[in-house]
Amino acid sequence: MNLFADAVNWILEPANYVGSNAIPLRLAQHLVFTLVTLVMASAIAIPLGYLIGHTGRGRGLAVTTSGGLRAIPTLGLLTLVALWVGIGVVAPYVALTVLAIPPILAGAYTGFEAIDRRTVDAARAVGMSELQIVQKVEVPLGLPLLIGGLRSATLQVIATATLAAYVADLGLGRYLFAGLKTRDYAEMLGGSMLVILLALALEGIFALIQRFVVPRGVSGRVGGRAPGTTDSTPVSHSLRTEDPTVAR
Amino acid sequence: MIEFRSVSKRFPDGTLAVQDFSLVLPSHKTTVLVGSSGSGKTTLLRMINRMVDPTSGSVAIDGEDIATLPPVKLRRGIGYVMQNSGLLPHRTVLDNVATVPLLRGTPKRQARADALVLLDTVGLDRALADRYPGQLSGGQQQRVGVARGLAVDPNILLMDEPFGAVDPIVRAELQQELVRLQKDLDKTVVFVTHDIEEAFLLGDQIVILREGGRIAQVGSPADLLARPADDFVASFVGADRGRRVLHVERHGAEDVVVDSDGRLAGVLNGNPAEGDR
Repeated sequence: MNLFADAVNWILEPANYVGSNAIPLRLAQHLVFTLVTLVMASAIAIPLGYLIGHTGRGRGLAVTTSGGLRAIPTLGLLTLVALWVGIGVVAPYVALTVLAIPPILAGAYTGFEAIDRRTVDAARAVGMSELQIVQKVEVPLGLPLLIGGLRSATLQVIATATLAAYVADLGLGRYLFAGLKTRDYAEMLGGSMLVILLALALEGIFALIQRFVVPRGVSGRVGGRAPGTTDSTPVSHSLRTEDPTVAR
Repeated sequence: MIEFRSVSKRFPDGTLAVQDFSLVLPSHKTTVLVGSSGSGKTTLLRMINRMVDPTSGSVAIDGEDIATLPPVKLRRGIGYVMQNSGLLPHRTVLDNVATVPLLRGTPKRQARADALVLLDTVGLDRALADRYPGQLSGGQQQRVGVARGLAVDPNILLMDEPFGAVDPIVRAELQQELVRLQKDLDKTVVFVTHDIEEAFLLGDQIVILREGGRIAQVGSPADLLARPADDFVASFVGADRGRRVLHVERHGAEDVVVDSDGRLAGVLNGNPAEGDR
């Protein structure tokens, strides 16, 4: 309990809010690092996932590759890339992007696959082009599962981004590595608590987003989450207002 | 006029869905393709808007081979109504009906105004315009589907078992509605069903299909009943049994009509035309 009190004191200590190792600065670095990583992973995974989901081709390859990517130990990859490109921010960006791709990819293509085939067939039959089918039907209806994938990726990245401090002067991980080296366990625990708080805050934001991206008119049919995601909060809303007295 | 010229379709898995099918579907008439599952009727229907391309042979609309037309443009000019209504679940009834006109570049205000009028045409309350498909009954969804099919005022309307998934009472209602609509709109309708009663009710020309899209017989309902080409057709249209086989019995001074099960079907009113017996 004493250690917890020390950690809280460390977080509240005014001296930790100034200079190049200030808590707000580290928080901001951690957050920006996470967001940039997610943007990079999304830029790769979303178009690829949409392509797989729309054409139905390459799914087997995507599942296998995703599984492979997930199995790579992030610390090992980080070290490897750092040895190759040198100490700095490049290695953590590469390693964490690789970590974030599988859940986003799965969210993108399962979002498309979860749509009733007959809805897509009908859209094509009335004269939508393939691009219009993607834009007007598949993207809006697949959005809840994509956001689920992004949410899962965000949690993984924000927790694992502490490793960035292993090879770069970056993020909340600095407190963990510095604390370990100087045996300052209050600093280590304080840093960990900040990571947890940040993760919870983002989790809350995503929970809200996920609630709002379920297209109106779509009930519990689009629910659940992307396979393999680690969060345990399935989406199930009934946004549709039941009205048994609809006039005929 | 829609013309099938020796059309065959083999799917990638090897199934021969349609084999050497030739037929003319006259304009402003309702042609019903009827057959059990595996008869290729839906495949034939989907060849008209290029949702399926024939492996050999060709399909022509008013003499023009549709293989030369871009599929998307072709489909936007042909109404399509399907079994599950095929509505977009995330769009309102009004937006669903206005989908194709908007794709064709009709201004939004105009498209929505037209869509409201179409709701009247298919017998839907305008109050439903802002609802989502999931909030409607099956019958209402099908009406919206028909309204969407009519939205671009197409010459051709393709209907793929549109009333197959609604209960019998609503189905009868929708069938009557379609008969009424067709009287006013005078479209070239191609209708697919496995229900021979539905075919008799709606069809000017009925095509009875065997396995693999082979034509068993083409004709008006009267042709099929009076002169079935073979036992398959006779059995399919029910000309050999039950309430389709009627005979006259004398009942006092009047003639009554009785079916093959001995159930009374009605009375005979007036004299049959000469030479028709």
